[in-house]
Amino acid sequence: MHIPDGYLSPSTCAVLYGGTIAAWYVCLKRLKRVLLTRVVPLISVFAAFAFVVMMFNLPLPGGTTGHALGVTIAAIVLGPWGAVLSTSLALVLQALFFGDGGITTLGANCFNMAVIGSFVAYGCYRLLAARAPLDSQRRVVAAGVAGYLAANAAALAAGIELGIQPALFRDASGAPLYAPYPLKIAIPAILIGHLTFAGIAEAIIAAGLVAYLQSADPALLTATSGVAQTPMAGSLRSPVTLRRLWATVALLLILTPVGILATGKAWGEWAPSDFANAQTRSGITATSRQQEPPVTAPTGMQRMATIWTAPFPAYAPAFVKSPALGYLLSAMFGVGVCLLIALFAKGLNRGPEQVS
Amino acid sequence: MSSGLVSSTLENLSRALSHALTSEQIARKPGLMQSLDPRAKVLGIFVLVIAVAVVHKVAVLLGLFAGALVLALGSAIPLRTLILRVWLVVLAFTGVIALPALFLTPGDPLSPSSFVTRQGLHTAILLILRVEAAVTLTTTLVLTTPWAQILKALRLLAVPKEAVMMLGMAHRYIFLLTETATRMFESRESRRVGKLRGREKRHMVAQTAGVLMTKSIDLSQEVFLAMQSRGYRGDVFTVADTRMRPHDYIVILVFVAFAVLAIWWGR
Repeated sequence: MHIPDGYLSPSTCAVLYGGTIAAWYVCLKRLKRVLLTRVVPLISVFAAFAFVVMMFNLPLPGGTTGHALGVTIAAIVLGPWGAVLSTSLALVLQALFFGDGGITTLGANCFNMAVIGSFVAYGCYRLLAARAPLDSQRRVVAAGVAGYLAANAAALAAGIELGIQPALFRDASGAPLYAPYPLKIAIPAILIGHLTFAGIAEAIIAAGLVAYLQSADPALLTATSGVAQTPMAGSLRSPVTLRRLWATVALLLILTPVGILATGKAWGEWAPSDFANAQTRSGITATSRQQEPPVTAPTGMQRMATIWTAPFPAYAPAFVKSPALGYLLSAMFGVGVCLLIALFAKGLNRGPEQVS
Repeated sequence: MSSGLVSSTLENLSRALSHALTSEQIARKPGLMQSLDPRAKVLGIFVLVIAVAVVHKVAVLLGLFAGALVLALGSAIPLRTLILRVWLVVLAFTGVIALPALFLTPGDPLSPSSFVTRQGLHTAILLILRVEAAVTLTTTLVLTTPWAQILKALRLLAVPKEAVMMLGMAHRYIFLLTETATRMFESRESRRVGKLRGREKRHMVAQTAGVLMTKSIDLSQEVFLAMQSRGYRGDVFTVADTRMRPHDYIVILVFVAFAVLAIWWGR
């Protein structure tokens, strides 16, 4: 699956370099923000491990052998971002040191195997393993399936990249300038090998390693288990509790227009004008144990009511016609202001950089 | 069969080590590429590889391939190494991929009775030449430049220092882990009696990989503590003691001019 130089057009290479560099940038940013010191040797040595494991000949059912990518176990132990970096490092080493995979296609190879491979592996593993105990057989199966799908997703991406070349890049006579086969040939050709060999090799190594770690060193599986957090895992991903909080905030934001369903005035939230309105007066009387409100609004209330005029009166900015949208906008504005204050407070609170 | 499996893995592992050794030996010999600043080499080869990827004409690609050959031979890379390790390997791999294109590419038949199309022949030759030229160029860079110098060039060419540092560390520990893996396979093999079944073989390889992984992670903790005890606080400092000399600039200019001319003629 290591695409050599010459198979992809320069413009395809440039686009895929762009995607990969963006992913690397995010990874490095995340690492810098957290415990960079401890993570640097961990990812480096893990890349070396992935590189060595790629050289293992793995016996496959049927008597043949295959090589694994090592991206799935990296995604399980380090989380997706750490896996993107460690797999990319191994691929860069292969290209620059052993000439395996091209230089112009390095971006494409990293995009397919490191970026797509890591996220597919991580997503499948988390989805299938769910909250199963660390030592459950389900995790072994989940790792195997994740490995199989990750290798095939990476191969599919490579197949698409190779398959679009003849449609896009031809000379005047119609001869393809780069990889010569269209999508309908390129995708099946590359997938056959991965559905039968490379995918199985990745599945075996991922499942085998998870089974081994379950008995030898289960702590390494906690990072992406969704069950408990280790400092190492926390350093590479945002904590699960925080993520849940974000999901809840988003759900509540969407549900804010439900507030319009409530009719009448909340007790004690009256405006001075409500005291002169016959309809609201009867409402106030009914909710105040039949006690009539005063005929005019109390003078103190009248004075204080004009001190501050809200920018969005009654949760509806003046420029918004739909009350539901007004509610939603107001909620977003409110949450945004809270977040800004929280970020500002966090910035003030940040002392000198902590060394782990 | 298990011995075959282990020996082929051992062969892979030792090939990686011998490759590194050959590269160190060639990099130490006097030669055209060896005399250049690593930045000039990395930039120059990168520009030429881009030219190889851009040009559309077989004659211009042949010219670039000839240029790559001159560069390789002028840098003390033996022709035998080039033929055996580069050209034949590429031909075997890309040839298999390019061959069906002769028949599958739609276009005008070469002769009335032939299944091969003119477009198919053109695309197959382009693909093989392109890959041969690019791999010759990158092999020349890799074999004539020690890894430390490639890293230094990457650092000076504005690759983030954290990334360069991780590449350097990963490279260093590849050799240690390769040796560890080799020993584990050898010791396992020396204690084996009888034949292993497929399932047992898979179990053995996965277990070896597992032990290697826990060793790697322990190693990374030790490396971290060693770094910390030497004052590492998350900042990376690299020593940039290489200096571009006038002839490095001239060589970069020559490489760029060659690449630009090739792109111009090969459009």
